[in-house]
Amino acid sequence: MTEASDETARRAEESARRAVVAVWRIESARIVATLTRYTGDFALAEDLAQDALTDALDQWPAQGVPRNGAAWLTSVGKRKAIDAWRRQERFAQRVAAMGLDLEQEQDRAADAVPWDPDEIDDDVLRLVFTACHPVLSQQARVALTLRVVAGLETTEIARAFLVPVATIQQRIVRAKQALADANVPFETPPRAERQQRLGAVLGVIYLIFTEGHAATAGEDWLRPELSREAIRLARQLVALQPEEPEVHGLLALMELTAARFPARVDAHGEPVLLADQDRRRWDRGAIRRGKAALARAESFGRGLGPYALQATIAQAHADASDLASTDWARIVAAYEGLERVAPSPIVTLNRAVAVSMAPEPEGGPAAALAIVDGLAGEKALAMGHLLPSVRGELLARLGRADEARDAFALAAERTQNVRERAVLLARAAAGR
Amino acid sequence: MQYMLIMRSDDAAVEAFKEMPFEQVIEAMGKYNESMINAGVLVAGEGLSDASEGFVVDFTADPPLVTDGPYGETKELFNGFWILEVASKEEAAEWAKRCPLGPGAKLEVRRVHGAEDFPADNEWIQKEEGWRAEQTAKQAAQAPGGSD
Repeated sequence: MTEASDETARRAEESARRAVVAVWRIESARIVATLTRYTGDFALAEDLAQDALTDALDQWPAQGVPRNGAAWLTSVGKRKAIDAWRRQERFAQRVAAMGLDLEQEQDRAADAVPWDPDEIDDDVLRLVFTACHPVLSQQARVALTLRVVAGLETTEIARAFLVPVATIQQRIVRAKQALADANVPFETPPRAERQQRLGAVLGVIYLIFTEGHAATAGEDWLRPELSREAIRLARQLVALQPEEPEVHGLLALMELTAARFPARVDAHGEPVLLADQDRRRWDRGAIRRGKAALARAESFGRGLGPYALQATIAQAHADASDLASTDWARIVAAYEGLERVAPSPIVTLNRAVAVSMAPEPEGGPAAALAIVDGLAGEKALAMGHLLPSVRGELLARLGRADEARDAFALAAERTQNVRERAVLLARAAAGR
Repeated sequence: MQYMLIMRSDDAAVEAFKEMPFEQVIEAMGKYNESMINAGVLVAGEGLSDASEGFVVDFTADPPLVTDGPYGETKELFNGFWILEVASKEEAAEWAKRCPLGPGAKLEVRRVHGAEDFPADNEWIQKEEGWRAEQTAKQAAQAPGGSD
């Protein structure tokens, strides 16, 4: 074979591989959900789906991409389930239990839609609740959600979280074991647990988003692909749970936050604070979508939850052409709302910042400093950089330069983020 | 990354489309749009009204010349678009192939400019690339073992 035809063959193979991955991204949740319903075993279904994906990666490059890739993958997964049951001599038992001729069923035309359109959404929703089940650690929920709901490859998840591939593999194996050990049923939670369990799902999605836009460790300030993944998950959840205001609230918050991404890092890769951002670079489309989502959350008239309240704050920024013309009273009110529904010292600290921007006498740096100093004993803030960083800012505005410098230096010492530290050290030096 | 699916049809396809039962068209397109909304990929999309209702503003002349009707001698008319947020070019292609269109219709698929289109000498991009290379090397080194 010539080098040129080698190259052509390699390209064709790569293109087929990417086509498999693309179908997988779109269909994995429905395939895993369908196989879970079929086998009654989430962990087994996930294995079967991954095996089917491996088969597709082996076969599609040679045989071409089938017309209905989802049907192909689901059918291969079902065949593998039957093989597994045969090996365990449980085949007859399963057939009797399900009252189905499984062999016949899986021979049906591969072009047919492999699931009942009226039921598949419910199954995907069950899958979401399973992946975010409280028996799992937060890390396990994140990994499992990205893999089974979002259809990411293990290597992609590992790269996004800066951990070795083996770590993510282990997390997923252990998570499936934990679900099996706890006998977690494949169902949407009972009414009494529903709000709490939905909260857990929203928490996982938001964690994925924040990991993308405010990296907790390392040198990277923005990993937008993770944030986009979270937004995509939230849009899926909106379609599955349109009657839940906080789902819209979370989507609104993430769209409005992501709208600022194009302005958050300067040409040198340094973070740009809200005050200095070029607002012309904000993504107007994302702002429009975020505002629409927030309007839907508000339209239920049941009061706003924590995500919708944070979205209200983000919208106040999106509506303003600069910091000075921002409706700070609206932001302070939203923080007060947050302190009622989800009280935390961080929220109070943020309210203090908003108060410092609002007009005097209710607002201004002196009023804000009083709130901040009231937080001095809070354990949750004792080790972090936020409290001294905000104090430094307020003290600088009040002309108390020496105290401001000390506060910025303390904040720089405490932050884990290398780039944030650089910003804080610059502030400390500026006070000299 | 975002892709725009631009729907183009020749005259025959446009005429054939007008013959199709309206309900059937609405249902097929509705299902298609719904599938993209449910997957969280549909960012925007609109259908355009008949090209004869449109007009063209031509900047070759000064002041620009306004002419009624579709653009020039074109054999294909633009009649709608979608903007999708997807993970890859192949995913955009997969969604495009699912569009309920018939003979004479085409989808032109174009990537929408994004933050990734910053100039290559941008320091941020360089840092990111360096960081990615480093991570790949680290992962390769740690692949056999690794722990939580």
